[in-house]
Amino acid sequence: MTTDERFAGTVEDQFPAEPRGVVNEIVEGPVSDYATDFDHHGAEWVADPYPIMDDLRDRCPVAHTDRYGGAWLPTRHDDVAAIAYDTERFSSRSIILGNTRPPLDIAPQGIAPPISSDPPFHHGARRVLLPAFAPQAIAKLEPGTRDYCNELLDALDGRDVVDAAVDFAQHIPVRVIAEMLGFPREDADLFRTFVHDVLEGVNDPLEVRFPKMVALFEYLTAQIHDHLDNPRDDLTTYLIDAEMDGQKLSPDHIGGTMALLLLAGIDTTWSAIGSSLWHLARTPADRERVVAEPDLLPTAMEELLRAYAPVTMARLVKEDMDWNGCPMKADDWILLSFPAANRDPELFEAPDQVIIDREVNRHSAFGLGVHRCLGSHLARMELRIALETWLARFPDFSLADPDAITWSPGQVRGPRHLPLAINRTAG
Amino acid sequence: MRVHVDQDLCQGHGRCYSLAPELFEPDEIGNGVELNAGVVPPDQEDAARKAVLNCPERAIVIEEDAL
Repeated sequence: MTTDERFAGTVEDQFPAEPRGVVNEIVEGPVSDYATDFDHHGAEWVADPYPIMDDLRDRCPVAHTDRYGGAWLPTRHDDVAAIAYDTERFSSRSIILGNTRPPLDIAPQGIAPPISSDPPFHHGARRVLLPAFAPQAIAKLEPGTRDYCNELLDALDGRDVVDAAVDFAQHIPVRVIAEMLGFPREDADLFRTFVHDVLEGVNDPLEVRFPKMVALFEYLTAQIHDHLDNPRDDLTTYLIDAEMDGQKLSPDHIGGTMALLLLAGIDTTWSAIGSSLWHLARTPADRERVVAEPDLLPTAMEELLRAYAPVTMARLVKEDMDWNGCPMKADDWILLSFPAANRDPELFEAPDQVIIDREVNRHSAFGLGVHRCLGSHLARMELRIALETWLARFPDFSLADPDAITWSPGQVRGPRHLPLAINRTAG
Repeated sequence: MRVHVDQDLCQGHGRCYSLAPELFEPDEIGNGVELNAGVVPPDQEDAARKAVLNCPERAIVIEEDAL
């Protein structure tokens, strides 16, 4: 058995006995006006946020809400980009907009480095991970991902209606990241529960959220100990052995990064796959074209990522300031909507149209600046393989029951139920 | 024509080496770097422009040859 003094303590040593941070009053109920009272968990927003974004871009263009203790929502690409680039005045101390501001002293590392980190700590924490997520490393995962997608499709054999979100999309990123981290495949359901707890439960009170976070970190700590006892060629052992500025990483750094790697790629990629299939199911001309011209798929994928960008980030304002006429206060949230930026007519011609052979596509589905999605090459590989294998198996499909489609609320948008009718007479 | 990736601006989105693999390649962290000192063969000029127009960080510059 390996002894590593960094991990001699218990999970409780890493967590305060009581949750810390500033909790605001939880405001629920219908939104009066999205310009002054927006809620990214509001029913209209969850059903179809794009007309609301377009309206706010014309009217505001930075919306505000008193919910969540105060938050701003820029809707123009240039404003989203300016905030993403401005790590001096906007902190990533928390990137999930909720009713709790984590304490100031967790910066610059934050709870899940490097996504929650600010410079200069951020640079080193990200540099540790980048080679493992560079395209050369990701390419090695492609054959296994293709085999797994085909296994999932084999299991749909003989069915005329399948739920593309539940039966297909949701499984792919879970399997891939579990393999990368060296976690048991059979814990897949648990990982999806963690994602739901962390990302969608933001209106739960802290006493409900906190034990769920502790459960996540207990699981990760058990995995760390398993890897200390049995080191292997995976990301968990890599992180245990990794160094930053000549020092091994602290246990909370390792645990936080593992939480990030486990959770950040799951519902995001699942959403991108689901939204892409949703679009192709309801747009026969586009579906027929990518089936007939497989070389077009990478270009089409970028357009689907632009139009249905799954991920919105958050920032916290560091100090009181006037920002482009907005009286921002310290610890106000910023909802950093890359989906809204991707629909800005200043940057994109006909932004509300999906043009699958769009040649000029400077979209920001994976963010902008130093926090560019670390897993973007992995996500693109999974999305491409998922679509290639699906389209090869099911070239003809349509929405089976539009009313049964459900969309996730909050900062990651994608279909959670997507019944598709498979036409097996095709081909 | 020559292309150059400004490493202060590049964040490793990888659009350049996906769209123009004969002109760019990823380094070990996934940032784009130009191949062949950035010299663009005539049949790759469209690919070079496409890479520029799809870089989310506007990190690629084209230098046209002097006439």
